[in-house]
Amino acid sequence: MIKQPRRHHAELLVIGSGLAGMAASLFALERGVSVAQVGNSGVIAFTTGYLDLLGHDGRGFVDDPWQALARLREDEPLHPLANIIEDDIRVALNGFTQTLSAMGLGYSAPGRNNVLALTPAGTLKPTLSLPLTMQPAIAAMAGNADTLVVDFIGLNGFSAREVVANLAQRWPGLRSQRIGFPDMDSGAEVYAEVLARALEVPATRQRLAERIAPLLGSAQALGLPAILGVHRPDQVHRELQSLLGVPVFEIPTMPPAVPGVRLRELFETRLPQRGVALEPQHRVKRLELLSHGVRAQLEDAYGEVTIEAAAAVLATGRFTSGGLRADPNGIRETLLELPVVQPAGRADWYRSDYFDPRGHPINRSGVTVDEQWRPLDASGRPAHPRLFAAGSLLAHQDWMRQRCGAGVAIATAYKAVECAAHAAQHNFNS
Amino acid sequence: MCAQPTRDGPVLETEVLIVGGGVTGTGVMRDLALRGIHCLLIDRRDLNAGASGGNHGLLHSGGRYAATDPDTAAECRREADILKKVAPECIDACGGLFVAVEGDDAEFAARFPDYCDAAGIECAAITPAEARELEPCLSEKVFAAFTVQDATVDPFRITLENVNHARQLTQSIFLAHTALERFIIDGRTIRGAICRDTRTGEAMTVRARQVVNAAGAWAMAVARLAGCSGVNLLYSKGTLIISNARIGRRVINRLRPPGDGDILVPGGTVSLLGTTSQTLQNIEDSHPTVAEVDRLVAEGVAMVPQIAHTRFIRAFSGVRPLLLAAGANADGRKASRGFTLFDHESEGLANFATVAGGKLTTFRLMAEKTGDLVAQRLGNRQPCKTGTAPLPSGDALRWTEPGFAARYWVARRAPRDLILCECEMVPASAIDAIVENAPGAELQMSLNAIAVRSRVGKGSCQGAFCSLRVTSHLYERQVYDSRVGLRNTRDFVAQRFKGVAPVAWGEHLPQLELAEALHCALLGLDQLQDDDAHPASREVPAA
Repeated sequence: MIKQPRRHHAELLVIGSGLAGMAASLFALERGVSVAQVGNSGVIAFTTGYLDLLGHDGRGFVDDPWQALARLREDEPLHPLANIIEDDIRVALNGFTQTLSAMGLGYSAPGRNNVLALTPAGTLKPTLSLPLTMQPAIAAMAGNADTLVVDFIGLNGFSAREVVANLAQRWPGLRSQRIGFPDMDSGAEVYAEVLARALEVPATRQRLAERIAPLLGSAQALGLPAILGVHRPDQVHRELQSLLGVPVFEIPTMPPAVPGVRLRELFETRLPQRGVALEPQHRVKRLELLSHGVRAQLEDAYGEVTIEAAAAVLATGRFTSGGLRADPNGIRETLLELPVVQPAGRADWYRSDYFDPRGHPINRSGVTVDEQWRPLDASGRPAHPRLFAAGSLLAHQDWMRQRCGAGVAIATAYKAVECAAHAAQHNFNS
Repeated sequence: MCAQPTRDGPVLETEVLIVGGGVTGTGVMRDLALRGIHCLLIDRRDLNAGASGGNHGLLHSGGRYAATDPDTAAECRREADILKKVAPECIDACGGLFVAVEGDDAEFAARFPDYCDAAGIECAAITPAEARELEPCLSEKVFAAFTVQDATVDPFRITLENVNHARQLTQSIFLAHTALERFIIDGRTIRGAICRDTRTGEAMTVRARQVVNAAGAWAMAVARLAGCSGVNLLYSKGTLIISNARIGRRVINRLRPPGDGDILVPGGTVSLLGTTSQTLQNIEDSHPTVAEVDRLVAEGVAMVPQIAHTRFIRAFSGVRPLLLAAGANADGRKASRGFTLFDHESEGLANFATVAGGKLTTFRLMAEKTGDLVAQRLGNRQPCKTGTAPLPSGDALRWTEPGFAARYWVARRAPRDLILCECEMVPASAIDAIVENAPGAELQMSLNAIAVRSRVGKGSCQGAFCSLRVTSHLYERQVYDSRVGLRNTRDFVAQRFKGVAPVAWGEHLPQLELAEALHCALLGLDQLQDDDAHPASREVPAA
């Protein structure tokens, strides 16, 4: 293989390919901004597919996330979501879910209230929008429908009995059955992603339906682990429903899982089709801040790649994604050594009780931004006039405890891109 | 006078009630069972819940105490030799090194062979170059080195085997989460005890002819329940950290008077760096701290420089119950590692014994002395057999050995036996064996209890993922049929967290972040009570 240095030019460089980075690219495309995107999209496979906005207010789960946001603006004025007006959040979430739906991954419309979505442990997660393949669970549970949950021999870590046992009080009409998956029923381990790809074949769907149909009895709905296809889940879902004659819903399995793989593969195929110069499996090695924009350097299998852009959105995520790093003596931002708001010392990172309802201080560490979503340098000024930041890298939020991961990712990406587009426009015009 | 059986629950009869399920209590149980005596062993929590589960698993050559406590040193040497013969499957005879590094007292190092000689401990001088050849991880700054016969022992397996053997010999019984509430005392005799199941809250009465207090750090409290004030302990908290891969083949000791970060002990696939020493007032709350971890790393680096860049996966603390002689100074480092058997006769009790102090290495001897006293009091003339009788193993007891599960799974070639814990390759069949047959197995066995009896949760994920897979398996097996299983999972991961947080930095911190995302953001284990109180779910329109 001949290695050859290459250069890309784009108006906007998006660094990071988690939910925030992907949303940033989509929003930029909608604004007619040309995009280059780099990032290692490993972590996105850990999402359930549920899109939450704000599910917990420090006391318990919240029913109305918009009301909770109003309180958040009072109680946590530094929270990223407290600095975005409701209309912008709504536009961002609607735009994102509509784009996903149009690309073949159907999502319910974000509404007024949270719904409680199922987890693989049979607990419930407050969320604002969910994949259409999972949505029928909400009505079935609300109506205590006589419902069968089927799981599969060899599918490690997913037990329909567990789901049923833990939901029994709320949903007495739920029962479970374990079966073998067609052609993969030897008892050896089977993997959700393999089952999902198998179900994209119509004959496999047919045979699965034949195995399930006799078990339905009086069941008015059917739950399955999330295995209804990778690339055409809505179609697989629709056809299985018509084969069985009852509403079918998916329950996410333990991540990394199919719903996350769907998002990853959707972005990785569709974004380049729409003109994004996407380097999905690489990290930016070096980012230079220049007077006219930014220059990023990375290396892929074909050699050095240089990307120059008028503006950049930093959406590199937290520790698991590598946007932040925790050294024994402090937390660093890895790409530009931006200052990180953080607790005084390592002894203050975590509270003594894992489940302390206040959450752990380390999870509110991160990069701070100005009102235009530009990260601040040590002097408290924007590190660069056209460098913006979005997603979980931002300080003053605890997406895990507040159940606001998707909300923060999507809404801040929307705002960062809006500011970047203005700044870039201004730059081209001047 | 006896309590009303109806008011104080069911009545259990035994010859000897033993309080405390550590190595000593279970050692006494087996010792007595080998003499044909039936025992009932209770522990407020579980096997090895105290110091027996919170140590580095070192089977001392005696070298560590050669200079300061030659009697204990010699005792360690004799006992280690016995255990290597009777319980070889629990022991890794890896050998040990004592090394002095630049800045250490050269005179102390020079006198070391004489100290060892006086205590009868085998010790050979080697050059620093030879030492680094044996253990390439050693610092270039080593200036003196000696080999000794250190080994490591799996204290969980020893305990499980003790209980299992006693169960086989005399149908002796172990009851976990059974707390002693009070003794029933009649003149000079303890007739029995009122106990309580700490999970169900139910009381029970144990009738016994003899009572042995082997409660480790809690021995003083148990003795006081019997009205005896002669047992006085000093509590010394010791913290250790576990690396994610084994560093060094042998035990590596710093050749200087005992201090923080002076010993690196292999434990199968990992190594343990220890040990701090801090006098404690409250023994119930002894969790490792960031400051202790930093001190261990800073000290350990002098001996083994790569420790500065090693990924540690967990810290843990144990409480050393040290005997406090009258008028002795209260320094945990200097207190005796010897043990004492109290017969309590001068305190007016004829059938009560407390065994306290001592070390993991000497537990068998402690059990022998206790067994001799109890057997003599019962009129049993059988001699102690633990010095020669091999410790038999069993199917449900093998799973604490690092690497065993992986070898077993590969050799068995049974792809249907799903791996539930990927870090340690623990298959479903291991969990089944433990739930069905391990000592202390019971209905609705908790993840903590399974973890004590296996390697589940001990790999680099520290239970974040395997706890969920094991839980699913247990629901599938119908061990759980309600939220009890999830609450057990929650308690287990909360417990593991206390050890993970102090070593969470670098490559290890993302693991903890991912765990929290899974446990809180997705599964809502932080909200187990709350989600049921949420308003009814509603349908939402499609986009």
